[in-house]
Amino acid sequence: MTDAVQDLVERAQSASTADGCVVIASEHSETNLRFASNSLTTNGQMQSRSVTVISTFDKADGQSAGVVTRAITSVEEVDDLVRVSEAAGRNADVAEDSAPLVDNYPNDDDYAGEPARTSVAVFEQFAAALGAEFERWRKADRLLFGFAEHQMTSYYLATSTGLRRRFDQPDGRLELNGKSRDFSQSAWFSQHYPDYSDVDVAAVSAEVDRRLDWAAKTIELPAGRYETILPPTAVSDLIIPVYWAASARDADDGRSVFAKADGTRIGERLADLPFTWRSDPDDPQLRSAPFQIVTQSFGSMTSVFDNGAPTPAIDWIRDGVLTNLMRNRGYAAKTTTEPALFVDGMSLDAGGTASIDEMVASTERGLLLTCLWYLREVDPQTLLTTGLTRDGVYLVENGAVTAAVNNFRFNESPVDLLRRATQVGRTEHTLSREWSDFFSRTAMPAMRIPDFNMSTVSQAF
Amino acid sequence: MSTFRCVPEIDPTFLALPARELASAALQRATELGVDHADFRLERSRGARLRLRDGHLESSSDSEDVGLAVRVVHDGTWGFASGIVRTAAAAVQLAEQAVETAKVSRPLSRDPVVLAPEPAYPDATWVSSYDINPFDVPESERVGRIAELAERLMAADGVDHVDSYLFQVLENKFYADTNGTMTTQQRVRLEAAFTAVNVDRAAGAFSSMRTLAPPAGRGWEYLVGTGWDWDAEVAELPGLLREHVKAPSVEPGVYDLVIHPSNLWLTIHESIGHATELDRALGYEAAYAGTSFATLDKLNSLQYGSPVMNVTGDRTIEHGLASIGFDDDGVAAQQFDIVKDGVLVGYQLNRQMAQAQGFGRSNGCALADSAGHIPIQRMANVSLQPADDGPSVDELISRVERGIYVVGDRSWSIDMQRFNFQFTGQQFHRIENGQLVGQLRDVAYQATTTDFWGSMEAVGGPQTWVLGGAFNCGKGQPGQVAAVSHGCPAALFRHVNILNTRSEAGR
Repeated sequence: MTDAVQDLVERAQSASTADGCVVIASEHSETNLRFASNSLTTNGQMQSRSVTVISTFDKADGQSAGVVTRAITSVEEVDDLVRVSEAAGRNADVAEDSAPLVDNYPNDDDYAGEPARTSVAVFEQFAAALGAEFERWRKADRLLFGFAEHQMTSYYLATSTGLRRRFDQPDGRLELNGKSRDFSQSAWFSQHYPDYSDVDVAAVSAEVDRRLDWAAKTIELPAGRYETILPPTAVSDLIIPVYWAASARDADDGRSVFAKADGTRIGERLADLPFTWRSDPDDPQLRSAPFQIVTQSFGSMTSVFDNGAPTPAIDWIRDGVLTNLMRNRGYAAKTTTEPALFVDGMSLDAGGTASIDEMVASTERGLLLTCLWYLREVDPQTLLTTGLTRDGVYLVENGAVTAAVNNFRFNESPVDLLRRATQVGRTEHTLSREWSDFFSRTAMPAMRIPDFNMSTVSQAF
Repeated sequence: MSTFRCVPEIDPTFLALPARELASAALQRATELGVDHADFRLERSRGARLRLRDGHLESSSDSEDVGLAVRVVHDGTWGFASGIVRTAAAAVQLAEQAVETAKVSRPLSRDPVVLAPEPAYPDATWVSSYDINPFDVPESERVGRIAELAERLMAADGVDHVDSYLFQVLENKFYADTNGTMTTQQRVRLEAAFTAVNVDRAAGAFSSMRTLAPPAGRGWEYLVGTGWDWDAEVAELPGLLREHVKAPSVEPGVYDLVIHPSNLWLTIHESIGHATELDRALGYEAAYAGTSFATLDKLNSLQYGSPVMNVTGDRTIEHGLASIGFDDDGVAAQQFDIVKDGVLVGYQLNRQMAQAQGFGRSNGCALADSAGHIPIQRMANVSLQPADDGPSVDELISRVERGIYVVGDRSWSIDMQRFNFQFTGQQFHRIENGQLVGQLRDVAYQATTTDFWGSMEAVGGPQTWVLGGAFNCGKGQPGQVAAVSHGCPAALFRHVNILNTRSEAGR
């Protein structure tokens, strides 16, 4: 029916007449269940395959590139794709990020193997357990909403320098949202599940129940600054945009939160607590490609010319001090620095050991958040970010949750929060609610902020 | 074949795909398997993105996605499957998979799916309105035009860096269903923007300002003289940026606002567009995009805003990003009222919700962003109507004693029930005694939806009306992206809360 994905890649390499060529094939499958009010609403399983051809041409002052991606199923379509890519690259200007293609190096990837795939079968046990939960929630006169998704992408990467690499990236999530019948009370659970076999629906559903019970008493609080415990998912929401803003070039150009008068903030202490902000493709919970897979250059951070380059683990912040900003190979060469390459995962750790429950127990008066929503950058100079609390803001008094509180709109800079945090909990594998469609692999600690800025009240529940 | 418009032709390379054979195989198999309804889509989307930094090409990429999908209602339950292999056997297999998925889902489903009636459109074609397919323009010419404008900005006083981009899309959609409808459609859209950046190295500070040109359902002609004057806008931008850099920080408090369409479109999108999606009001999006304060029990009674507020949903407007001939339920494009004289009178619908909630007929808002996704209720071009013989922008400003004239969109955020929002902008001009007296900076306006629209004292005339919009409205799980336009006049709002974003940051 369809030609083997490796055959498409090799056909493209052999058809190439450019000075350099990179081919990336990705075989993607996904399956999902979506539910609302104790009933399934939509479902699906999808398969797709795309091939990207990057044709590079040597010019006096660098290389130009033609980058074309198409959904392709047969070798017959490959030749046309290569021709289109070459036509685009041959006439293009020298790319800002141009760099020599990565040389061949040995690796033990299973390049010849079949692509990995997922299907609706991964939900077999989960769907049965979910059905039982629907029944239980119906009896309790409460409503369960949510989304379950599992994905698999197999990447095959080939360069004209002889490099062949392959990586399988699984991804998955469960989001559960419990509500009272009138929607006025709401609680949330989410987790990143790259392997769906270890989901315990009954246990996480019970946690949502427990939080709904916390809302038995509700009180109204005004806007203002509150001692606030941010759970790991909320910290993930706030830190992911910092990663996207961590461009070395923007800082060098003086147009970043990491720029300062006449230079960058590399070497500056950002926090007194010993935060280490790290990206490691081999982190067992956050496994991501150990080499660059780039189908579209972005900023001076990721580059199509870097495809196949090994992606070592890197510390962006070490012991509270900014140590690295992201730069691709081309920009590193131009500025005679070392590349600091994008990794599709990150962790933040300050050596904390406390659980959320322990942090609550040691709180005299403060707010415990569940998660955040609709985060947007307000000011790039400070990375000031606005957004809302959602699905459970709880008042903590004398070490225990005593009531649910209205939602708030906040305005805060994540970089400033690192500086102001007074306690950091244990780092946990988590899922950002706001950005998980774009960035799913994070491990984050809970953070205690003594004076979190709740700017205005939101009536939303 | 009935052709509603005869502007450009459907791309022959799309027409060459075996859509009819695949549809016939899939729908026949679905019928054999006893479905209540089945539809088939073959979709192709081409996209190209150029990014330039300081006038130099930073990134260029071109993509094409082709896929097919079968959706069924079987035993009252949805089933969906999509794939990429374009053979009759693969289409048959998708029909079987869709039915299989419906069966697996049946025990988890409660209310049977029934679709509102819609006439059949046996062989209809629709093409959006544009002159030049941007994919027919060589990349060197497109890069050349963007670079030329960027270089002009770079050469100006006070401009240290320029970010610019051009995105273009060509979408083709073939749809056929067991109701007898068969449609072939083509849409083109384009978006470009230039951001000028000023860096004060000594102070370790920077400021930026972006062009206001909206994305549009137009072709390459949009970049070279039709529908927008890029040369004039690029000539003006450096002066506006220099003034912005030196502008005083706003004193927070309550101000009257005159809001230009280049900013107001986004407030409409967030606080009216999403709030009047019936799937949200019914709770289908409760765990993700959110719900709405504008619940169904408030239809025809909720005072959404002041009596000068009239809002329509529209899939027919020329150059609208959400304009289309037929939606993915096979429903013909329409225009409909959402708010009339300030009162909520309508929602955006698909066939399932129209039937379940007694609306009779869908108003054509079911769309999927690709063959890989199931259609969900997506936003029409939701627009605020101007007042016939209404005031100009200058006249609106003349009515304000102490206020701010807000131009251009920037940061945006709204809560999950669409009550509390906060927006910034590109330019904030202080108004004193009816006159503009220089820019302010660090401004954000924040309000609750019904308070805000209730405070709208006047809408401008048709001469102030601009069709704004965005390529990237996200909704649904798995996430889907849609382009949508919002037209509006300039408008005058009284007593709106203004925050200072520097003091919010604790500085």
